[in-house]
Amino acid sequence: MELFWYIVLMTMLAVYVILDGYDFGAGIIHLFFAKKEKDKKAITNAIGPFWDANEVWLIASGGVLFFAFPTLYASSFSGFYLPLMMILWLLIFRAIGLELRGQIHNKMWETIWDKAFGISSLLLALFFGVALGNVVRGVNLGGVVDGVSTHEAHYFFLPLWNPTFSPQAEQLGILDWFTVLLGVVGVVALTIHGANWIIFKTNSDLNEKLKRVVFNLNFVLLALVVISLLVWHVIEPKPFHNFLDKPWLWIFPIITFIGLFGLFKVKSFQKHGKGFLFSSLFLAGGLASTVASIFPKVLPSTNSINPDLTLYNVAAHEYGLSVGVYWFAIAVVLVAIYMVIQYRVFKGKMDDVGYGEH
Amino acid sequence: MEDMLFYDRMQFAFTITFHYLFPQLTMGLSLLIVYFKGKFLYSKMEKYNDAAKFWMKIFALNFAMGVVTGIPMEFQFGTNWAKFSELTGGIIGQTLAMEGMFSFFLESSFLGLFLFGEKLLGHKLHFLTGFLVFLGSWASGYLIIATHSWMQYPVGYEILENGKFVLNNFGALFSNPWLLPSYLHNQAASLVTSSFVVAAIGAFYLLNNKHHEFGKLFVKTGVVFGLISSLLVAFPTGDLVAKNVVKHQPATFAAMEGIFETEDGGSEIVLIGQPNMLEKKLDNKIAVPNILSFLTYQEWDAQIKGLSEFDESVHPTNVPGLYYSYHIMVGLGTIFIGLMLLASVQLFRKKLYQTKWILWSLLFMLPFPYIANTTGWYTAELGRQPWLVYNLLRTADGASPTVSSGNTLFTLLGFIGLYLLLGLLFLMLAGKIINKGPQLNQH
Repeated sequence: MELFWYIVLMTMLAVYVILDGYDFGAGIIHLFFAKKEKDKKAITNAIGPFWDANEVWLIASGGVLFFAFPTLYASSFSGFYLPLMMILWLLIFRAIGLELRGQIHNKMWETIWDKAFGISSLLLALFFGVALGNVVRGVNLGGVVDGVSTHEAHYFFLPLWNPTFSPQAEQLGILDWFTVLLGVVGVVALTIHGANWIIFKTNSDLNEKLKRVVFNLNFVLLALVVISLLVWHVIEPKPFHNFLDKPWLWIFPIITFIGLFGLFKVKSFQKHGKGFLFSSLFLAGGLASTVASIFPKVLPSTNSINPDLTLYNVAAHEYGLSVGVYWFAIAVVLVAIYMVIQYRVFKGKMDDVGYGEH
Repeated sequence: MEDMLFYDRMQFAFTITFHYLFPQLTMGLSLLIVYFKGKFLYSKMEKYNDAAKFWMKIFALNFAMGVVTGIPMEFQFGTNWAKFSELTGGIIGQTLAMEGMFSFFLESSFLGLFLFGEKLLGHKLHFLTGFLVFLGSWASGYLIIATHSWMQYPVGYEILENGKFVLNNFGALFSNPWLLPSYLHNQAASLVTSSFVVAAIGAFYLLNNKHHEFGKLFVKTGVVFGLISSLLVAFPTGDLVAKNVVKHQPATFAAMEGIFETEDGGSEIVLIGQPNMLEKKLDNKIAVPNILSFLTYQEWDAQIKGLSEFDESVHPTNVPGLYYSYHIMVGLGTIFIGLMLLASVQLFRKKLYQTKWILWSLLFMLPFPYIANTTGWYTAELGRQPWLVYNLLRTADGASPTVSSGNTLFTLLGFIGLYLLLGLLFLMLAGKIINKGPQLNQH
């Protein structure tokens, strides 16, 4: 049962990253590449009717985490207190940037909310990469100082950074050079992903330029992925041990690299959704490979005193997990129906949706 | 440790109070928009569709505010109330996860279609998307109140040796006797807010001599729904909720009503008075004998236990706050019924649109349903203190053990600043939409 909910949760998070990921990416593109009003309109039209539903995947994942793995929810949400609060504020700014921009027709008003939307999208992409970095790096569970726990074994608290910015320090911070590296991977990958979505869903004049952007950024992404793999041993001495033990796990890195290499052909794609498909593969594969490398750990301990949090020692009780399967199965079918309806109504190019016009 | 708990509580109280200003309008207004759209489909009169379109603009803005202020609520269970989440997550996590899966997806998927899809869908399907948004928002309320009811009156659980609450009966979460009265009470109250808002905007147009036809439509709709909902809030729903409190949380009931000592021969109902916590009595009291006993037990001389009969350790922690919240709610609720009755009489006599003082009253009444809803929730929440899970888990034992007061105050100040900005933006933009008014036959 724990394993079932773990897979459910990871799948939901992957869906979230793919869906809201294109919103973040579109925001970054909006910030750096959309100069003309027409281009900005095209971008917000392409995500306008979807972003809210996409964000629900985060809320729903949070809900499943809460009910299936309450100890992990409690430990990680209180331990990562400050960055989570900042993510909340950024989500608020991004949402009001999108929703309020069109309410008043004034150049200054529009500029303010354009920047709010773009900058918060950029920072969110960075923070989500950093968050993944923190999870795989692990935390000082129990707040061990000089060999003594200062909290219960499964609680911790991380400041935003420590003076050394090192992922190997005893007292860790949210931001260190390793987690920031993954943050940058997140920004580049989601920029590519967002560009692919815009190419897919609009006839914007930007599209040709965005294909070049995707092509060029893909080299950067490849370089960053290689660098990350080369330094991975800093946080995990045997980074590939899970993949050696369970060879079928190689499916995830393979998917990641299919996505990554597929994108080099972006300029020759005739069907516009193809680029989006490949960047989705990269994101889902990348997320799955990363969590697979620490499986069954869900939050490793960086000290030798308190044990890792694994999906087995943080789960809720058997009855609750079993009974949840019933309502969850019904809900998933409903959600699938909603998505089919939603994407069918807004199928094809969305330049004329008129999002944010009042 | 003490100030840690204080800031955790302040942050939750502040963010939930601000958040709930929006969903109370969302839930009621979605019903009224569905009503306008349905009336258009039935009568084919264009003004109803224009009315629906006008309120959809307010709705969209209001909904966005509700969403962005709602996300921090789910996060805060973990960030600030980690111990509570760890111990009870297996139970309240169920209903909260169900809210995400069943209502948020429904609302958010069809809101986009509802707001942007009229041309694509045609009127009938457009009505349907509106109905689904309404359904989603009411389902959300239901699951939140199921969670709330479990905290007030825990059912279907057992407690393990390590202190964890484990679910052993899923159905009990939904057959909880606390749930249905609270849910209906809350939904009726949200309809009160929405009806008063619609009536107030209508009165604004009539008094301003603009958008005359819509002014009349909004006042009429607001008054009819306002009368029905403000009556429903009091009876039977409010009455049933109060009976749950007296039965299951008698100390809370005594504090709410300001009954410090048990009175022989029946308890009086306190209309006005200030709790004097030093001498354990009410100052400057105005009360009517025996009414409270009658309302509670339908017997004039029924005994109601005073606060002094309960051990101090289970007294609500903020008796004056609880007492005032409850009395403000009940007082305002009574005024709402009175005003809507008068307005309905004038409406029936076809004189409402000329009765200026009622129109002015409807306009100025606009903020008060928000206050009544807020104080109603304060009554429920302060009434549950000092417990998170009534009689089982104390609030002091539920906070996050590793988040220091400095960090919580930092984020609390951040929320205050950010929400101040949101509130100003909302008022400014809603004012702009209202001032512009409904547009005739826009296609």
